[in-house]
Amino acid sequence: MRSFHDRMVALVCALGFVLAAAAMAHADPYEDALAGFTEGSLSDTGDAINKIAASGNPLAAQLLQAAEDARLMFSAAQKKVFIKTQDDKLLDAATGKEFTGPPPDDIDTVIVNNRLRGIIDAVIGSLTLMSPNTSQRFDAAQAVFKSRQASALPALDKALAAERDPRVKKAMNEARAAIVLTDETSGAADKIAAITVIRDRGDQDSLGLLDGLPANLPPNVHAAVRAASAKIQSTLAIWNSVQNAWYGLSLGSVLLLAAIGLAITFGVMGVINMAHGEMVMLGAYTTFVVQDLIRTYNPALFDYSLVIAVPLAFLVAGGAGVVIERTIIRFLYGRPLETLLATWGLSLILQQVVRTIFGPTNKDVGNPSWMSGAFDLGGITITYNRMWIIVFTMVVFVTLLAMLRFTRLGLEMRAVTQNRAMAAAMGIRTARIDALTFGLGSGIAGMAGVALSQIDNVSPNLGQGYIIDSFMVVVFGGVGNLWGTLVGAFTLGIANKFLEPYAGAVLGKIAILIFIILFIQKRPRGMFALKGRAVEA
Amino acid sequence: MTGAFPLIRLLDKGAVVFLVLLGAFAIAIPVLNLLVPSSSALHVSTYLVALFGKYLCYALLALSIDLIWGYAGILSLGHGAFFALGGYAMGMYLMRQIGTRGVYANPILPDFMVFLNWPELPVYWYGFDYFAYAALMVLLVPGALAFVFGWFAFRSRVTGVYLSIITQALTYALLLGFFRNNFGFGGNNGLTDFKDILGFNVQAETTRNALLVTSCIALAFGFLICRAIVTSKFGKVLVAIRDAESRTRFLGYRVEAYKLFVFTLSACMAGVAGALYVPQVGIINPSEFAPGNSIEAVIWVAVGGRGTLTGAVLGAFVVNYAKTYFTSGILAPYWLFMLGGLFIGTTLLMPRGIIGTYNHWRANRSEKKVAAAPVASPSAAE
Repeated sequence: MRSFHDRMVALVCALGFVLAAAAMAHADPYEDALAGFTEGSLSDTGDAINKIAASGNPLAAQLLQAAEDARLMFSAAQKKVFIKTQDDKLLDAATGKEFTGPPPDDIDTVIVNNRLRGIIDAVIGSLTLMSPNTSQRFDAAQAVFKSRQASALPALDKALAAERDPRVKKAMNEARAAIVLTDETSGAADKIAAITVIRDRGDQDSLGLLDGLPANLPPNVHAAVRAASAKIQSTLAIWNSVQNAWYGLSLGSVLLLAAIGLAITFGVMGVINMAHGEMVMLGAYTTFVVQDLIRTYNPALFDYSLVIAVPLAFLVAGGAGVVIERTIIRFLYGRPLETLLATWGLSLILQQVVRTIFGPTNKDVGNPSWMSGAFDLGGITITYNRMWIIVFTMVVFVTLLAMLRFTRLGLEMRAVTQNRAMAAAMGIRTARIDALTFGLGSGIAGMAGVALSQIDNVSPNLGQGYIIDSFMVVVFGGVGNLWGTLVGAFTLGIANKFLEPYAGAVLGKIAILIFIILFIQKRPRGMFALKGRAVEA
Repeated sequence: MTGAFPLIRLLDKGAVVFLVLLGAFAIAIPVLNLLVPSSSALHVSTYLVALFGKYLCYALLALSIDLIWGYAGILSLGHGAFFALGGYAMGMYLMRQIGTRGVYANPILPDFMVFLNWPELPVYWYGFDYFAYAALMVLLVPGALAFVFGWFAFRSRVTGVYLSIITQALTYALLLGFFRNNFGFGGNNGLTDFKDILGFNVQAETTRNALLVTSCIALAFGFLICRAIVTSKFGKVLVAIRDAESRTRFLGYRVEAYKLFVFTLSACMAGVAGALYVPQVGIINPSEFAPGNSIEAVIWVAVGGRGTLTGAVLGAFVVNYAKTYFTSGILAPYWLFMLGGLFIGTTLLMPRGIIGTYNHWRANRSEKKVAAAPVASPSAAE
């Protein structure tokens, strides 16, 4: 490479002034560096990458990106380097112009390995540190933080001095601290200051950085690293618990939503409805149909699709519930085991009906814009769909509670639950209450289906996945008590999510099931059991 | 008289008819398969032999469910778990018999363990190269699980639908567990590619016939055990528990002990059924634990007639034959409608099942006041 350059200079001298301009172009550090790519050795390529980055040429970023994507070509014979664009055009790397004429016979890709990719990422990071785009600068700072290339330090210092945005400035400071910390030449005082910056960043990457430092540091630096590492670990552990609790709340709200209708049919009527999961499925398919119609006729309404689907799902599933009660379940009162079998058969039929109409594959139910995305709260990430589902669950729960407490229908339902014969004697039409109660429980399941369509696959088997969990919630919480269902759902949800990191998702679930099996032995009627004569009824 | 009386009670007319039919079946099928030339119209194909063998295993499972549901009022929705555990015990024996004929030709480790880089055989696989040990485990593992589970459940008086739901949770938990690769039972794929059983090739026609006859013997034996129980005083107490559990307890019977015994026995029977099932179908995988399977087994009993024993066997044959018939043809999409309809129709329109309805009709016609077999009354279920 050097000899090539020397020969070039010699040639220029020989040819005199006419070609001097061309010789100047070759002396440009960018073009000089380009030659390194034509050698075909990894170490020359590495040198070339660093030189390209240092050259400040506007083509540098494009070229380096091409090198990383294996789109950088070279010809050893012609000593030329080409950038292959995404649409397979060849650009001359020296000028950035499209290369016309036939490609050289010995054209080949510039080989980069993972080490070189790391270098490329780092230098691209430092190249974009001065970008006018805030988020690009932020990403660049993060990239430098991850790569910790000492060569990026001058660029970083320059960018830091010019930076105005506090968030980017903080990220750059952290990146600078990371470089100082890993650079062997920096002093102990600088390192301790850097450790403080890293500690305040306090995420998993910071911990990895601190733990990855060599052990032969000066004692005072080493102690600071240990202290900062411990601090970060405890902070992370707390945030981790908060995140787990949030996941647990989210799972619990899903369980509650699925189980709350069951709590009504099972609790008030003593009916085991194995087709409850299919009511959830009907709700989810109602959402699908609503969205499908909106897409066809009025796409502008898409953001309101769920608001439209909720009452419709309630009506569809609730209507189905009333029909089921009138045609099947009312003949089986007092025979819970037979009810269980008949409703299981019903669930098979409903699944098959939906499979016949909509096909066996998953249906695509979209998230409205206000349901998608996420935001950070402290050290945890909260997705909008999970958040809205928790809110929705709470609204449903409170509404239901209020309905049972303050309305005529609620009063009559409670009367029938407590003493069916006496309620009938007081003039309550128990058969009508039974049908309405079953419809209400099914309708709530349908609304649950709208929510679940946002986080789960809408398929004919949707309900099957929830039925056993829902029963567990109701049995655990205690039959005939909505508060028990609430506590049961959130306890199981949170316990599940806290067990997962230790035992894995499946073993955690098994542990929960075994726990409930044992719990039922101890308290056969759940946490909040009805007391008195109603128990044996 | 005292000597002959229990035998007469044990073998009433229905029981004799059943055993004679079963014996005729056990003789006729192998004869028609092995001795009648395949060109003859009377020839029974080997496919049918395997199919009938499978039905016989289902019948034994149905019998075990009828014993506890029909006579003791315990509706287990997790009996498929005991069936599958028995099947896994047998499957482990069959896996060990493969020896070096597996894909990886490892003399000790089954293929899936080699594939998953297991260094050595897990301790709980020890001993399964001996048939006697495996056969013991077929009885012991389901029995022990049922004993422990029943011990807790019946002592704390978990009854009715609560028991049904937690038995369902039990089989669901096992389903999830057996799906895991690190459980050491082949994970998702289960155990398969069997070669030999007791030195005989499992694919051979003679072995298949022998397995069918063995299944018939097991079914007959299970039937006799059930008959012996339900016709004894012990059986009368069981029926009393089914119809009025609290009252029986107040009369001084230890209800939980009765239930525990019959539940454990039933689990052992289901285990045997599973063990005979596996060599005949050639595979055992976690889907056998699916809660749906257990509920389907319950509907066999309901269709045939709960609390009749023979009805359970009949129901298992009728429903499974219908399933084979309908799921193989153009009617396949409608099978689930039929199965679902069967669940609803049986519970709503024919709660006594086939045999129960027949018994009821005959009892009415002859205007006998004697209730021959204890017919399940719909209101008994608690």
